[in-house]
Amino acid sequence: MAELLIKNGVVFDPINGVKGEKMDICIRDGKIVESLHDEHGARVIDASGCVVMPGGVDAHAHIAGGKVNAGRLLRPEDGRRGLEPKRGVCKPCTGYSVPNTWATGYRYAKMGYTFVMEPAMPPLTARHTHEELVDTPIIDKAALPLIDNNWMTLQYVRDENYEMLSAYVAWMIRATRGYGIKIVNPGGTEAWGFAKNCGLDDPVPHWDVTPADIIRALAHANERYEMPHSIHVHGNMLGHPGNYETTLRTFDVVKGISASMQRQTMHTTHIQFFCYGGTSWKDFESKADEIAKYVNENEHITIDLGSIILGDTTTMTADGPMEYTLYRLTGRKWTNHDVELETGAGIVPFLYSSRNPVHSVQWTIGLELALLIKNPWKVVLSTDHPNAGPFIGYPILISMLMSKKRRDEVMKEVHPAVFDRSSLASIDRELDFHEIAIITRASAAKILGLHNHGKGHLGVGADADVAIYGISHEESDAGAVQRAFLNAKYTIKCGEIVVKDGEIVATPEGRTFYVEPECEESLMNEVMKDIERLFKEYYTVSLSNYPVQDVYTPHPYVIKAPMSG
Amino acid sequence: MGGVRVILISGRTLEQGTNLENKLSDEYMNATAVCELSERELEKLGLKGDGTERVRVRTSAGEIVVAAKKGEGYPEGVAFIPMGPWANAVVNGNTKGSGMPFFKGIEAEIEPTDDEIPSIYDLMRRYKE
Amino acid sequence: MAVYTDVLCPFCGCICDDIVVEVGEDGKITKVKGACAIGRSKIMGHDRMESPAIREDGELRDCSYDEAIKRAAEILADARRPLLYGWSSTVCETDRAGVELAVEIGAIIDNTASVCHGPSILAIQDVGLPSCTLGQIRNRADIVIYWGSNPVFAHPNHMKRYSYLSKGRFTPGGKKDRKMVVVDVRETKSAKLADLFVKVRPGGDFLVFSALRAILRGHEDVVPDEVAGVEKKDLLSLAEMIKNANFIITFFGMGVTHSGARHNNIANAIEFTRAAHLHTKATIMPMRGHYNVNGFNQVCTWLLGYPFSIDLSQGYPWYNPGETGAVDVLVHGECDAALIISSDPASHFPADAVRHLARIPVIQIDPYPNPTTEFADVVIPSAICGVEAEGSVYRMDSVPLRVRKIVDSKFMADEEIIRRILEEVRAIKEKEGE
Repeated sequence: MAELLIKNGVVFDPINGVKGEKMDICIRDGKIVESLHDEHGARVIDASGCVVMPGGVDAHAHIAGGKVNAGRLLRPEDGRRGLEPKRGVCKPCTGYSVPNTWATGYRYAKMGYTFVMEPAMPPLTARHTHEELVDTPIIDKAALPLIDNNWMTLQYVRDENYEMLSAYVAWMIRATRGYGIKIVNPGGTEAWGFAKNCGLDDPVPHWDVTPADIIRALAHANERYEMPHSIHVHGNMLGHPGNYETTLRTFDVVKGISASMQRQTMHTTHIQFFCYGGTSWKDFESKADEIAKYVNENEHITIDLGSIILGDTTTMTADGPMEYTLYRLTGRKWTNHDVELETGAGIVPFLYSSRNPVHSVQWTIGLELALLIKNPWKVVLSTDHPNAGPFIGYPILISMLMSKKRRDEVMKEVHPAVFDRSSLASIDRELDFHEIAIITRASAAKILGLHNHGKGHLGVGADADVAIYGISHEESDAGAVQRAFLNAKYTIKCGEIVVKDGEIVATPEGRTFYVEPECEESLMNEVMKDIERLFKEYYTVSLSNYPVQDVYTPHPYVIKAPMSG
Repeated sequence: MGGVRVILISGRTLEQGTNLENKLSDEYMNATAVCELSERELEKLGLKGDGTERVRVRTSAGEIVVAAKKGEGYPEGVAFIPMGPWANAVVNGNTKGSGMPFFKGIEAEIEPTDDEIPSIYDLMRRYKE
Repeated sequence: MAVYTDVLCPFCGCICDDIVVEVGEDGKITKVKGACAIGRSKIMGHDRMESPAIREDGELRDCSYDEAIKRAAEILADARRPLLYGWSSTVCETDRAGVELAVEIGAIIDNTASVCHGPSILAIQDVGLPSCTLGQIRNRADIVIYWGSNPVFAHPNHMKRYSYLSKGRFTPGGKKDRKMVVVDVRETKSAKLADLFVKVRPGGDFLVFSALRAILRGHEDVVPDEVAGVEKKDLLSLAEMIKNANFIITFFGMGVTHSGARHNNIANAIEFTRAAHLHTKATIMPMRGHYNVNGFNQVCTWLLGYPFSIDLSQGYPWYNPGETGAVDVLVHGECDAALIISSDPASHFPADAVRHLARIPVIQIDPYPNPTTEFADVVIPSAICGVEAEGSVYRMDSVPLRVRKIVDSKFMADEEIIRRILEEVRAIKEKEGE
């Protein structure tokens, strides 16, 4: 295979401690290599005056599956906001907050991203998620199955049978070709089956367990194996005024549990939605400072931002009761899709308006968090796409985080409540390219455990996923930053140039990453008896038709997770 | 003469469904080239409704001859033809901007006739002309 | 003899997946257990189209697959406004190939939803859809409403597997723990099984939904004594039943999508469900007909952003049912060639639409001859998905399943046929120097 040389770029590779050094990157057979065999025969990219980073890694974006597709179907008006005709190697594109799969792949690649985690896969409909992932070009991807409201999980947690729980979790991750354990409103989504909800320490209706019990037990189950990722948690009471206290207590639930790998024991996702003070929408305020303080003082927690992009978007989550609240609040259209024995989904269109005091304060929170949490390795940039805004808004966020001036300008445009109910105006910190490289690729890769599998860095042996942005490392103009990160000068995916001068030039198929936890056979045989009974008595599909078949991962990358010692 | 005005609906039946992928068969024709009428309508038309008699069904979209049969559970003034080519010969293609034709709730006039029911081949031949 | 268990049935939107199929030494299916009459008939199989064929001087002449595929590609490459229609009784792999073909030639692509639950989709786009998978009904529903739907005929195993007659965690007594309500214009077989039958005047569903909405939202005073043939006191007692329930589901069929108010009916049915949700858990679901009619809508939505009736003539997807629906483009005489796959518009489209279809070049891909064959110009027999070919399908509640290949077949699978036509079209266009 042809060799590729990226010359003279200023490289930011935080995992390898490279902090804005002018250096060359050598690529062969899809990997980063020490040096080239034939420097004269190699294709050379001159990256003079450019910033070079590993391909971006998104730890949390709803890009594929039943819920995302129900969002597309619900919103033909969103489809029309992103129409692009077929052109060159590109198929037609649609959608803004809910783009079609082709647009998803192209737009991420154009931003220099090469890996995306779909963070909410209902196990029963996992095949659907995988079908869409296969049809999402260029990027590599993985998906997290929802395992927290499952009746089998609730039963084992209630019976305190953690051995069986760990075996069940292993079976579920394998059956769905998932990457780890996703938790969304534990207990609350089950309660939503009868239109109820529940808080962190409330008993789940019909089950003698609390959400806190579920989170703790699943964290233990996760650490039974050398899982690349920790539990990935969307806790209780998302989006409710005053929820920050629940959030802090949720952090404490897993404190003291030791991780099986060098990483956090809990990743809490789109934390912006969990940082709310006040008792109602009237006295709503930011408590980002409290959350940041906890994260600064504790090592077991990592977060992604879920930062707001002002404007219209589509909200979607397995947190059915939250979406119902949003529907009652807005009166807009509402789709709900509960999944038997497992989880649910709700979808509501939403406008984050700069004229609205609550939305404006929400907008500050994501930025506050990124700036108040001192260690960027604990932070991943996200918009919980499309919940707080579409992923193509990332360059806007990057420009804000890098420029106090830009933030001040926008604060003047939004509702003045931001000056009283948020600390953003008082924060002077500006992130540099190195820190941006951390929160958009390096930290995400480490938190997901992908850095051991060639993602998020440019060390020898890593996947040759490289983003070259046409901007000087000394540039500080926010507009220039935003433009550069929206359309990379080059994106290279596994050694192949896929974007050149902001245009897609090749559309290879990406890979699907999944994890195989290795459970003892005798324990697995034991748990299968319960699973068989569960299918017979309650599911509407046969057990043999349930696991995702090989054809749904045509380009697999399998990570084995042995029992931890 | 001796006709009745009805609201015509078309829809699924078990026999229609069972023969759905066997449409050139006699079974399919027997299952779908038939108009089910209430006892009251049959009386007005002077028919027994045992399936041996035939009626002409006329709507703004066209007309068709099908067998007449007594149907269970129909209110007066409602007639039913199983979905299929015979029913569709009298369905209007104007979707009124919705993409969906009027398959149900069609105003129709029904009268007894001695004419033959067109075979599926006859029906298709008509369209080719 | 080989016995296959947990086989999936490729007939209706129920996709029962516990069928037992026996195959004899000669590779022929000998027995089907656990399927309904319609499903058994489908799996057992019957008269097939034996050979690809091309119409010459009015008569179909047998030919090879290669020749038929080449002719099909020529027709499509020549067309200015081709229609690709059907796609519901085949697997998603075929549908994905079909979308690629439509993008390549700038076609209008549409599926049978446009003449069954198309209005339901339009309504969902207006107001959303509070729904669930069928197991939620099995385990939780204590009121099951079939509205304008006759499952005994159209979805014979639906009640047994998923609703009234099934048993689940919170409904261990099965039908003892539930009430079944049927709303229809006639007393169907299903209505006879119901605990409550509400007979509505034809075309009156919209009014009845409105009345129930008003009552559930506390405005019973605006409801007249009689609504579309239903007495007010009956509506009040139905509303009371709903308020006192733990979980209600409304399954609706073509009784409401086909009548005058069309998508407005469904939007109102969904609004009725939203009103019921103020009191209890309320859900609603379309009774999808073909086993994979939903699958095409899913595939089309993730690839093209819209579920059906999509016009690609401008290079981007343009969605406007009523303008871009199959019936519309036929009745308006717009399209100049059509590819029909696994469906039979000659039987299921209104006469005006069929008349235009009979005049233009038509390619038909289907396991069986049907009335469309009578005027098709190219006929390509295919393997039966779920019996002779495998692939993804989406149940009426959007649960994705994989139908299996049980027996070998001499016929080509739908996906391969479409992919080969696509290759040929590309070759023709390349030759023409596009």
